Amino acid sequence: MTVDVGLTVNGVRHDLKVDSRTTLLDLLREHLGLTGTKKGCDHGQCGACTVLVDGVRKNACMNLAASLDGRGIVTIEGLGTEQALHPMQAAFIEHDGFQCGYCTPGQICSAVGMLSELKRGLPSAVTADLREAAVDMVEAEVRERMSGNICRCAAYPNIVAAILDAGKA
Amino acid sequence: MPDTILGQPIDRIDGKAKVTGAARYAGDRRAEHPAFGVIVTSTVGRGTINKVDIKEAQAAPGVVLVMSHENAPAQAPFKHAGDRHARPKPQLNGARVHYYGEPVALVVADTFEQATAAARLVRVSYQTEMGAYDLAGNRRFAYTPAELVQGKPDSSLGDFDKGFAQGAQTVDATYTTPYQSHNPMELVASLAQWDGDRLTVHCATQLVDAAHHSIASTLRIPLENVEVISEFIGGGFGGKLPIYGDAILAALAARQLKRPVKVTLTRQQMFSVTTHRAATIQRVRLAAGTDGKLTAIAHEVMSQSARMDEFVESAAASTRSMYAAPNRLTRHRVVPLDMPVSDSMRAPGDAVGQLAIEQAMDELAYKLDLDPVELRLRNEPTEDPEKHVPYSTRKLVECLKRGAAEFGWDKRPSVPGTLKDGQWLVGFGVAAAIRGNYRRPATARVRMDENRHVTVEMDMTDIGTGSYTIFAQVAADALGVPIGQVTVKLGDSSYPQTPGSGGSFGAASCAPAVHDACMEIKKKLDAGQGPGNLQAEVKSAPGEEFKKFSQYSYGAHFAEVGVDTSTGEARLRRMLGVFDAGRIYNSKTARSQLVGGMIWGVGSALHENAVVDQRYGLFVNHDLAGYHVPVHADVPAVDAIMLAGFDGKSNEMGSKGVGELGICGAGAAVANAIYNACGVRIRDYPITPDKVLRGLMRPANLAQQR
Repeated sequence: MTVDVGLTVNGVRHDLKVDSRTTLLDLLREHLGLTGTKKGCDHGQCGACTVLVDGVRKNACMNLAASLDGRGIVTIEGLGTEQALHPMQAAFIEHDGFQCGYCTPGQICSAVGMLSELKRGLPSAVTADLREAAVDMVEAEVRERMSGNICRCAAYPNIVAAILDAGKA
Repeated sequence: MPDTILGQPIDRIDGKAKVTGAARYAGDRRAEHPAFGVIVTSTVGRGTINKVDIKEAQAAPGVVLVMSHENAPAQAPFKHAGDRHARPKPQLNGARVHYYGEPVALVVADTFEQATAAARLVRVSYQTEMGAYDLAGNRRFAYTPAELVQGKPDSSLGDFDKGFAQGAQTVDATYTTPYQSHNPMELVASLAQWDGDRLTVHCATQLVDAAHHSIASTLRIPLENVEVISEFIGGGFGGKLPIYGDAILAALAARQLKRPVKVTLTRQQMFSVTTHRAATIQRVRLAAGTDGKLTAIAHEVMSQSARMDEFVESAAASTRSMYAAPNRLTRHRVVPLDMPVSDSMRAPGDAVGQLAIEQAMDELAYKLDLDPVELRLRNEPTEDPEKHVPYSTRKLVECLKRGAAEFGWDKRPSVPGTLKDGQWLVGFGVAAAIRGNYRRPATARVRMDENRHVTVEMDMTDIGTGSYTIFAQVAADALGVPIGQVTVKLGDSSYPQTPGSGGSFGAASCAPAVHDACMEIKKKLDAGQGPGNLQAEVKSAPGEEFKKFSQYSYGAHFAEVGVDTSTGEARLRRMLGVFDAGRIYNSKTARSQLVGGMIWGVGSALHENAVVDQRYGLFVNHDLAGYHVPVHADVPAVDAIMLAGFDGKSNEMGSKGVGELGICGAGAAVANAIYNACGVRIRDYPITPDKVLRGLMRPANLAQQR
């Protein structure tokens, strides 16, 4: 069964007819050629496909494209380019926050979404005071909140350093 | 301004491509009008296929091909002998099922969704046989393998029994390590495309040359008709040394359908279709005099091998070179099981071997009432104890001393269970690291154009190690050009032959070739040629130094761990490794590899365990929710220090392997810290809360919790 889906991806409107089983991840990769978003497990277990849906981080593999009609998606390609890097992308390079680079687009999108969660005061399991309007950007919060993004190269200390650095700006 | 760019912590030259999503991995490759293949795997561990019923699948929407052993094209037969990763890998080649999760069919459709749905409609019936899946339960079938990568399966020196009897203190302990799965973040994937009789395969492989041979020989086509491309690889860790069914099946289907075919393994399939680290049972016996000097060492290893394809986990090989002792014994035995194929996983042999021997050394230190750092210092050999040759370089003592000082080892509680932090008991652990240093022949081609822009070409790969960057540094240094003036092209079988990425030999093998090719260019420049239109292709190979010298890289790990007294949970609090890996080409990327390896060690100590369902021989927790690897929350401050060094016996550039060194011994440091924290000694990895809690509940330990 095909369904009509209209999405804005990185500022560009796309009206597509897709198989109703198509995930946002496969739509991005196979239909739009945006292969920066990676498939690591297809089950919401690794975070490699993290994108921003209306500014909120989501696992693209866990969202059917048909459920996102009218929504705005930002992928790694929309965050910055090689000529004009997003500060988070620049910080990942400087701190060597990756090795193979496969989880990296997901880590970066997740980090950008995570910082906005801190600003909005969304608590995590390690937040000490739930009454604060905003949550402090401290290492423990970053590590806790980024744990849905697996890096098998285990660049974790460098990723956290990059996020803390970029988050200060 | 530094004298040389070599060794400098410059950013990865492929960094921008990786952080913007521009880097293309095998599964990212696109083709005109592609079809998508999904593999169907066996649901029995041992048996014979009666029938593959493809009727329903074939009739499903979008399906263009269903392949099983009943209709698969003929391929070269599987070979046990020969270059392990360059062998033919025939797929759907017979009715025999060798393990649970073995490919038994391929479904190809116009879309991924259609192929995935139709794959569920393939009905396979089996004649099931009783399989053997339990390592310990089948130890009576253990046999002695013909050889290890490192030489003979067994070694002995002096009289072990006599030396063991002489010891004032002894340890005789058995350690077990579980199955582990590489789980690189990138799923193994291939896109195959034919142009007449020429085949291009974009695949995820660490060894382009081996993949090239494996694919061509399986399909029985000339090598020159195949091009293998692996420009970016999303992690390897040994799991992408061989090629798998995705590459062969994509090629077969693409040939038949006359259109490009992409086949990607699912994460679940990665556990059985790709290789894994074998489970081991290791007995370690140590004896020492009151002076702390070892009188005897024995390390005996039993590991799983697939019945269909032998692989030996050479866990005791480095024990032959690590510590001085006059009486020595090592043994390797293999237990054939009806399990998927085991193979190299980051530091094969050493990673699990040092989980055992380095914990045993800790146990001996407590028995001798000696600091475990001091015990290791007292058993430093002056030459390789079994090979009787000098070490090329060995700075283990410096690693231990520097690490102890930087870590604050003097604050370690000498009595377990005495340092408390709220609900946590805190402990310090140390372990030494040793990893064999290897080098293989490699060829590099270097070109220079009229603008002095330098291009380096090799079929070498960058699996996250930093190959692109360090070879650019080597070329920039040799030719005296800025790094921005160097382009490095890797991962294509049309480039000169290298050993690829494996065994930590990539840099030590390829950097000298790049350097020598640059020197040829330089000679031509000096002779007044160029700069435009210059080219040099140079092969560089190891010499006699690997026979004349005992070659290893070394390290020392220091870990601080907290153990929750009510749950038994052990958590890493901080960790430091100090390493001796000769000359470092890039201190930023090398540090990242070492830190990554250390965290793998933490995972092997605390988390990783692929559990076998003993009824069917499947890895029951075959996904990333069930198979736990370290995540952000598990990893606090972990740091690595690299000692300045140069090992000219390894190669003329002075480097030794880095990628696997970090994991060696790291898990043992964590295990030893757990003992130091709470007095519970767990010899069965991973050290999960249930095991620690059981230990804490013993009367002797309850006393320590007061």
